[in-house]
Amino acid sequence: MTKLFEKHAALKAAYDSLNKLSPRNPFGVVIDRPLSASVGLIEGRETLLFGTNNYLGLSQSTKAQEAAIETVRTMGVGTTGSRIANGTFSLHQKLEQKLAEVFQRRHAMVFSTGYQANLGTISALVNKDDTLFLDADSHASIYDGAKLSGAQIIRFRHNDPADLDRRLTRAKDTPGAKLVIVEGIYSMTGNVAPLNEFVEIKKRHNVALMVDEAHSFGVLGENGRGVAEMQNCEKDIDFIVGTFSKSLGTVGGYCVTDYDEVDLMRLCSRPYMFTASLPPEIMAATLSALDEIRTRPHLRQQLQLNAARLHSGFKELGLPTGESVSPVVAVTLEDVPTAITFWNMLLEAGVYVNLSLPPATPDNRPLLRCSVMAAHSYGQIEQALEAFGDIARKLNVIS
Amino acid sequence: MTDSVADLAEMITQKLLANPKVPRDINGNSRIVEDLAFDSLAVMNFVMEIEDTLDVSVPLDKLADIRTINDLAACLHDIKAQ
Repeated sequence: MTKLFEKHAALKAAYDSLNKLSPRNPFGVVIDRPLSASVGLIEGRETLLFGTNNYLGLSQSTKAQEAAIETVRTMGVGTTGSRIANGTFSLHQKLEQKLAEVFQRRHAMVFSTGYQANLGTISALVNKDDTLFLDADSHASIYDGAKLSGAQIIRFRHNDPADLDRRLTRAKDTPGAKLVIVEGIYSMTGNVAPLNEFVEIKKRHNVALMVDEAHSFGVLGENGRGVAEMQNCEKDIDFIVGTFSKSLGTVGGYCVTDYDEVDLMRLCSRPYMFTASLPPEIMAATLSALDEIRTRPHLRQQLQLNAARLHSGFKELGLPTGESVSPVVAVTLEDVPTAITFWNMLLEAGVYVNLSLPPATPDNRPLLRCSVMAAHSYGQIEQALEAFGDIARKLNVIS
Repeated sequence: MTDSVADLAEMITQKLLANPKVPRDINGNSRIVEDLAFDSLAVMNFVMEIEDTLDVSVPLDKLADIRTINDLAACLHDIKAQ
């Protein structure tokens, strides 16, 4: 039996050495309960939440809660089946119609998680005879979807349309379909993709383009449809994939497109076919949150102001952060021990952020990753900046 | 320079030695992960550098079978020959 775990010896050693450096397990933080969108109870202390992806604060929306409660009372708590068996309720169709309407597309397909949306879409679109071109910093769900598809996978340099152009040129004689996949906002660094430039490359090579707007939906663009809307290139993107678990505050994922063949995807996408469908209360809450995104544009404006303040605050402190101003704001540190100490001290000071460690980070450097919310007050952002500044000085990260 | 496997292995070795963190005593038989302490991401990023030098693209599934510098050189040789 023990042989099963022998292959994880290196992982165990890394985990053990991490635990020696850290008084608490950075992968085991428990939020006892949220007290509001921006404050949670952690280790018995009221803690500012700067690491939740809850960009619009809608996980705590009263309207969404009421919609979920009402739906539970009338429809129960689960579907007990997959979408192609007994697991399609009228609410699934209503949610898909609503998403198609929001994105101004002909079709939408809903998945049980955002992870499955990428797995299910990619594996339905390409197979072993095809080639995928992935941004090097793509999310694990994109890499896993690529692996599941069996397609040839070519990585190109992060956010680098010229590098994609070179690689597509090299592959011009390769048979099979070609699909390029990028993200709107990259989850670790907050970098925003130059989608309009990728669109030009896609057109020149006559290939398909899929964009994951998981972190940008509800956040960027005049109507909150993401980076593609902001950069005015939505119609040239073939497939947009996203999640309900960020700005919408629930769980689930989707793919929207104008291709009428989407119904074929429902019959060959294993992550769609072989899992239980979303429970009714989640769909009711998601529909409610979609309405709030439409009717409360000031949430987006407040989010942008808050993101800009945190970003400029880090710059003023001299902490290394990215150039893109987006709701993901990360501080890059040079070594893992400093990052672990920094993260623990932040939590003890009442500020929760994400600790992101190599190899899950770009450039092999650790990150203190913050996600800003519309629900953060000016005072909460200043409090977080003050904690970052104090700790950075104590650890000689800044002088 | 020719594109023989030996030449490619030498080119890869020289590129690796440009990184001061890489041990000085590497050769074609050095294992990229175990001997050079590269994680999977570092391997993928290093291969990107080689791709640009040779103007080729290495599909990710090909990397799964590569253990040593010579393996990588042989893989690049095959791709260039296609």
